[in-house]
Amino acid sequence: MVEKRGAGLWLTHVGMIIGVAFIFFPIWLAFVASTVEQQAIVRPPMPLLPGDKLVENYTRALTSGVNAPVATMLFNSAIMATGIAVGKIIISLLSAFAIVYFRFPGRQIFFWLIFVTLMLPVEVRIVPTYEVAANFGMLNSYSGLILPLIASATATFLFRQFFMTVPSELAEAARVDGARPMRFFFDILLPMSRTNIAALFVILFIFGWNQYLWPLLITTDPSMNTIVMGIKQMFPSGDDTADWPVIMATSLLAMIPPVIVVISMQRLFVRGLVDSEK
Amino acid sequence: MATVTLENLKKSFGDTEVIHGVNMHIEDGEFVVIVGPSGCGKSTLLRMVAGLETVSAGTVKINDTPMNDTEPMDRDIAMVFQTYALYPHMSVFDNMAYSLKISRVPRAEIEARVAKAADMLELTPYLKRKPRQLSGGQRQRVAMGRAIVRKPAVFLFDEPLSNLDAKLRVQMRLEIKTLQRELGVTSLYVTHDQVEAMTLADRMIVMTAGVADQIGAPLEVYANPKTAFVAGFIGSPPTNFLDAAQFGGSPAPGTQVGIRPEHVRLTNGGASNLEARVVYAEPLGAETLVHLTTPDGSAITVRQDGALPVPEEGSSHGLHWDAEHEMRFSEAGQRI
Amino acid sequence: MEKRITFKGVWLPLALIAPQIVITAVFFFYPAGQAIWQSLFIPDPFGLSMTYVGLGNFEFLLSDPFYRASFVTTAIFSTLVTVVSMGVALFLAVLADRLIKGSGTYRTLLIWPYAVAPAVAGVLWLFMFNTRVGVITWYLGQLGYDWNHVLNENEAMGLVVVASAWGRISYNFLFFLAGLQAIPRSVIEAAAIDGARFWTRFRTIVFPLLSPITFFLLVVNVVYAFFETFGVIHTITSGGPQQATTILVYKVYSDGFVGQDLGSSAAQSVILLALVALLTVIQFKFIERRVHY
Repeated sequence: MVEKRGAGLWLTHVGMIIGVAFIFFPIWLAFVASTVEQQAIVRPPMPLLPGDKLVENYTRALTSGVNAPVATMLFNSAIMATGIAVGKIIISLLSAFAIVYFRFPGRQIFFWLIFVTLMLPVEVRIVPTYEVAANFGMLNSYSGLILPLIASATATFLFRQFFMTVPSELAEAARVDGARPMRFFFDILLPMSRTNIAALFVILFIFGWNQYLWPLLITTDPSMNTIVMGIKQMFPSGDDTADWPVIMATSLLAMIPPVIVVISMQRLFVRGLVDSEK
Repeated sequence: MATVTLENLKKSFGDTEVIHGVNMHIEDGEFVVIVGPSGCGKSTLLRMVAGLETVSAGTVKINDTPMNDTEPMDRDIAMVFQTYALYPHMSVFDNMAYSLKISRVPRAEIEARVAKAADMLELTPYLKRKPRQLSGGQRQRVAMGRAIVRKPAVFLFDEPLSNLDAKLRVQMRLEIKTLQRELGVTSLYVTHDQVEAMTLADRMIVMTAGVADQIGAPLEVYANPKTAFVAGFIGSPPTNFLDAAQFGGSPAPGTQVGIRPEHVRLTNGGASNLEARVVYAEPLGAETLVHLTTPDGSAITVRQDGALPVPEEGSSHGLHWDAEHEMRFSEAGQRI
Repeated sequence: MEKRITFKGVWLPLALIAPQIVITAVFFFYPAGQAIWQSLFIPDPFGLSMTYVGLGNFEFLLSDPFYRASFVTTAIFSTLVTVVSMGVALFLAVLADRLIKGSGTYRTLLIWPYAVAPAVAGVLWLFMFNTRVGVITWYLGQLGYDWNHVLNENEAMGLVVVASAWGRISYNFLFFLAGLQAIPRSVIEAAAIDGARFWTRFRTIVFPLLSPITFFLLVVNVVYAFFETFGVIHTITSGGPQQATTILVYKVYSDGFVGQDLGSSAAQSVILLALVALLTVIQFKFIERRVHY
């Protein structure tokens, strides 16, 4: 490393701090707004330091919200994000196992059927997918929120890559030891994939939590709204003034779970992210 | 206890035949080593016995029962892999116990059998460790232990020592041999190292290009190689090959004379078969290897006692050997 | 790379792969097929019957000034989002890489906006620039600048670009930092000894070595700008003013769900599909190349 000293070092820190401030400022403002009265906001400029209405505003958001209690929306989001992460991981583990460890008729075709979906997000085929979900009676249901978003190949691709790096001898040793395929899968492959599974869980949880367009279409009943899409629903139509403290409290509540997941599992997450995009 | 029989065993990948019909009968308790250069098909042969490769033609029999379509786990075999193939997330104990757990052996018996194997292999202090916390030699022992606890009818070894350093290799070689004697289990062992083959084998199979050139006891193979390849592969330094024409007579064109380095003496005056000039000499202490060129340009190596004076580079010497040590091979490499 | 054949069986692997295949077929291939099929028809005003029009929907779209404008908008929007988010991220990554102590702390501080949903990011920025209560709007007003993204097209575009790029910086930062830290120190030290100053070192050594990551991020960010920014646009501008921020995805949504013009929306989906397929091919080529490194 060509180390920086003196003024250069300080400039570097100043640059980083400006960057961090740029990242933090919008969130700080939202936090301040969620701790003051509506009055403090509608008469600009709003204060830049927190007020004393934190408990009140958050309680109001969680218990009554605007259209639906935010607690309900948080619950819906948790179900959706967990469902998507777990569902994707399960079907991906199984199909990657089949593709890597077996030779069966149609393997190549299935392989390509899965992998052409690699980069096509739900937004592209939104209208017909909505019709399919509607035909299955999945509107305003958890299965409608979860199932269509499970159809993606990223996780399958990651597990396939990982399984390829597991030495063939391990499977052969297990075979000689008397393990049938599923026994090998549960006893050897699954425990060896633990870190990959955990890292992927973080990424998929955030992916699921942050979905916007799909829940917007599929849930018309406010009690089925997820929190990320529910925030927009809190803005009044027309010229009425928005209930900013509650909206900002909701925004913070919407980012807390995924942020906690990211920070607490930072190492896993960074590894998983870099791996899954390779 | 078991015998293993290979009947005209063949293997093809696509249109390419890589093993061209191997016949072999392994007696109960025998230690047979398959030796050959890399790519000769020795591992493939072993994997066919294990059931990890399908048999293209011919039959694998264990205890006279055809096994071609039997799953590896039902063949009553155990295998030690080159990379050991230890399960990285399991402790040494669990690695060794895994096959027993699968076959639902009672817990108490599993513990007794693992403890006994660990004791034999001096692994008892390491039973709780994970494979990555062990040294190469210890991992190798765990792989052995995993094979032993099953009490299989046949041990299969796929180059089990090639990932160890030279010193450890010699030590583990001895241990494997001792263990096999003690347990008396029929064993099939693959290696590319002829020293390993010579020291371990009751009988060995020398393979080249998918053909078993010779099958026999190590010393018999050494003393009486059937082909030029075997003569060149078994023994170190390798056999010298000379054009037979330079020794008079009228041999068929291409005939070669093979003579082992240890059977040639440098003479200064007296009877000699050939004159040669010293290129360089390698004094190794107990012995000296002398590399020479003959008048027709062939290279020849002489192995002599280290107590003898080291010949000077560039000096000329007569070479002498007894007629009984001469081995003649046809142009196709067959012994005449 | 193929693994050696290890397990036998036909029904087991088919059963294992079935869940993914079924879900992919039902929620991916069938809807994609539907989109292609519907793009060839125009429904009557009551939605009772469909008239086959061949490529008529496409011809109409390509001659539709609104659609062509949306193309241009998308191009401008995704270029700006990509350049801003990657530029800031690269700058911060280079700074962080120069620090021996503290780069981990900064990474922790910068990493977590990745977890903030684009829609939430939209709400946060909307709040700052809100025409009535926004803090920044107010301070700009004090400086004599009258900010109004509800009416001003350029200001609307600027706001959605910054809000979209903001949340993306941490993602790009992570990759750039990982890439920078993977460059062998000896290479940079050798250049320093050869007399190259920081900027020369960056231009001639660091940036070329980063090019695989840069290219990868380019593709990923364009895809992000194309699709995932829907939340930002929907919350901040709803495509306005005068469609100045209507990117292609937003138009699929607004024509299909708000306007109920299914034929046109389907045709737009097909065009988007083709665009993403193109990006996927580029991405795959890139993955292949990386494997060979």
